[in-house]
Amino acid sequence: MTPDRSAAGLITPVQNTWCPGCGNFSIQHMMRSAIAEISEEEGIPIEKFVLLGGIGCHGKLMDYLNVNSLYTIHGRSIPAATGIRLANRDLRVICHVGDGDIYAEGLDHLIFAAKRNTDITVIVHDNRVYGLTTGQYTPTSPTGFRGRSTPRGVAEHPMNPLEVMLAAGATHIARGYTRKTRHLKDVFKEAIMHRGFSFVDVLQICATYSNLTDYYDAHVYEMQDGDLDTGRFESALQKIREWDYDRDAPIAIGTFYSIERPLYEEGFSVPPSGLEERRGRVRRLVEGWR
Amino acid sequence: MQEYSLLIGGKAGEGINTAGLSIAGLFSRLGYRVYMYFDYPSLIRGGHNFAIIRAADRPIGAHRTRVDVLLALDRKTIETHKERIDGKTTVIYDSSQVREETGYGLPLDDIIAEEKAPPITRNSAMLGALARVAGIDREMLEDVLRAAVPEKHLDSNLRVAARGYSAVENVFSVKPLDAPALPVLTGNEAAGLGLVYGGLDTYVAYPMTPSSGVLHFLAGRAEDLGIRVIHPENEISVILMALGLAYAGKRAAVGTSGGGFCLMTEGLSFAGMSEMPVTIVLSQRPGPSTGVPTYTAQSDLHFALNAGQGEFPRLVVAPGDPHEACAWSAAALMLSWRYQVPAIILMDKTLAEGACSFDLDASTPPRDHEPLLEDGEGEYRRYRRTEDGVSPLAFPGMEGVTVKANSYAHDERGFTTEKAEEIRALQEKLLRKAGSLKAELGGYQTVKTYGAPDAEKTIICWGSQKWVCIEAAAGVDARVVQPVVLAPFPVEAWSKAMAGAGEVVCVENNATGQAARLLREHGFDPGRPILKYDGRPFAVDELTARLEEVFV
Repeated sequence: MTPDRSAAGLITPVQNTWCPGCGNFSIQHMMRSAIAEISEEEGIPIEKFVLLGGIGCHGKLMDYLNVNSLYTIHGRSIPAATGIRLANRDLRVICHVGDGDIYAEGLDHLIFAAKRNTDITVIVHDNRVYGLTTGQYTPTSPTGFRGRSTPRGVAEHPMNPLEVMLAAGATHIARGYTRKTRHLKDVFKEAIMHRGFSFVDVLQICATYSNLTDYYDAHVYEMQDGDLDTGRFESALQKIREWDYDRDAPIAIGTFYSIERPLYEEGFSVPPSGLEERRGRVRRLVEGWR
Repeated sequence: MQEYSLLIGGKAGEGINTAGLSIAGLFSRLGYRVYMYFDYPSLIRGGHNFAIIRAADRPIGAHRTRVDVLLALDRKTIETHKERIDGKTTVIYDSSQVREETGYGLPLDDIIAEEKAPPITRNSAMLGALARVAGIDREMLEDVLRAAVPEKHLDSNLRVAARGYSAVENVFSVKPLDAPALPVLTGNEAAGLGLVYGGLDTYVAYPMTPSSGVLHFLAGRAEDLGIRVIHPENEISVILMALGLAYAGKRAAVGTSGGGFCLMTEGLSFAGMSEMPVTIVLSQRPGPSTGVPTYTAQSDLHFALNAGQGEFPRLVVAPGDPHEACAWSAAALMLSWRYQVPAIILMDKTLAEGACSFDLDASTPPRDHEPLLEDGEGEYRRYRRTEDGVSPLAFPGMEGVTVKANSYAHDERGFTTEKAEEIRALQEKLLRKAGSLKAELGGYQTVKTYGAPDAEKTIICWGSQKWVCIEAAAGVDARVVQPVVLAPFPVEAWSKAMAGAGEVVCVENNATGQAARLLREHGFDPGRPILKYDGRPFAVDELTARLEEVFV
């Protein structure tokens, strides 16, 4: 493929197969705009962006955006993203993941990426249900959720992924909502521009298996300046705990936490060397063997 | 023919492996070719560790049961290895632990107390005593210690070694040979060097015996070699990081053993579908499951050949010694990139942790390969359907191209597809690639033969059992045939190597005859099985006895 630098040119000709009313459309369009605007504003060529997807409805985004992409396997996009950053620190690496994908199948990778502070952005399409496998509960489904694998209702409590990320050492934590599109785009841009591991949980409408539109519309509010101190762990924690993905409470969206820490990949720089130089190094090592 | 066998044994934590390598270093400096087998249980302190070092005036790669010198740091060493001792064996033991033995008792407790030396220096006393018994120069002894011991402990080790040296008397004389002093490397070290020789940028691994030696070696020498070494959270992450590196254009390799490879299989299949190169050092140990972590087996051959869902080409090679481990690791990495397939270097504990005299010039691949790169003409298609099945590579960040790699069935551009004709075309592209790889391997020595072509008796073996078979074959007038490449199976080279094979046996360190099964699958007769599945490799004399039962 050849990149087209206009925002409209970032959409591929591939036929879109998301359900009508799916929250993925907002994520797609806001990510497209975020990339196009950052490219324009920061002078970063489109070729320097890489998207990664896991498996689930969210992953189809890999086919729909005309940007470098690695369409990986279920739950495993984050280690691949880490590998890409180790290979080339000029790249802006954005992982699109699902809630089943990364909170269930690949949670270990999410926690370790936060712990390492590798400079990638993780966007969770958190519709709180498995869509592509037709309606089972995920780690963020509310208690009592009746899915096809739990017809009597889920007995477990959902996890609060933001709290998990804060504990794991994430340096940038935010939440968005697919029906607040302008806000969502700004949340994306801020996360992508954050230097270090950035995490965005996007409350996404699933039109078919878990349509929480009315609930979110009634509870979601945008955080304002002064609502919290994003540089303080305790302040972020308090705000993150306002809603636990289960009981009724106001649902804050925006940035909860954002700090600077050294990057993981900076600890692994290797000066580029050709094959002959590598072979010379091997030979010298064998010759000086002790 | 000159050769010597020595055993040093003691508890884990007493530095038996290092002491064994120092003994190997002594003989190496005298121009001998050496081989070391290291045997240890899965614990950190206590138990019983031992190393058997064999030195000869010709290349060797296996141990014998009997030893000429037994160095016992504890009573257990003497009790455990009675069958290795005869009237001619010189026994040197720690008389503070063992009493009333024939041989030379060294009061190691007293020696280290008098020298105010740390307990680990007991080994150096043994080394000193060995040097005297074997008529090896003190200077040579000191040179070996200088190479093995860190500067701050050198003095105490030299003093203790001198005490060992003067506590015994000369028994026999090891004649210096007119041959170069070769370094002594483990299979793990040789494989690591081979990967770098082949152009490795990053090694990624999670610790697992017996593959950890590659990780430790490359991590320890990363700066000297100009590579990166990464240890992530688990083997799933290991292989996915490697694939991410490959997607962005960096050559990565990973290392593991059976259980870790289980976790890597979905990543392996992803590599197959997305055509992302990755090289896997897979070091076998006895299974199933945790099995016997620090012992040996050749029981994952079919796992390596078949791991991962779906049908995709792969390269599987089984080197037989550190020289082949180095050459084939380099070749595997380069071929993996040239043909965009996963490559597996199938080793085992015997090869991975066994050590051997190493000559780099005898350990390099026969040819170089560069990956096929996009030339910038026309629209870039990551999965362009070419005649040989190999699509030109481009990497993210390159101007004017979008690189779309995919785990789903995909069209040429990398977009997901479910169309029948696209699925068929993709599968046929993978098949063409398999054919191209196979044709390329026609230029390699994929099957090796040793001994007289007209022997009329043939021993088939693979991997680490190569050298024990070569030596045992000489005793029963047989020849040896060793398949080094196991996938794609070199059918033509095999037919040629087996022409006039006569009576055939197939020697393997497993319970079901896995190479034999592979040969039958390709329509070849593997002969009669000679199997050993107790976690230990064959000793030369042990295998000779088994062969004599079968060849009548």
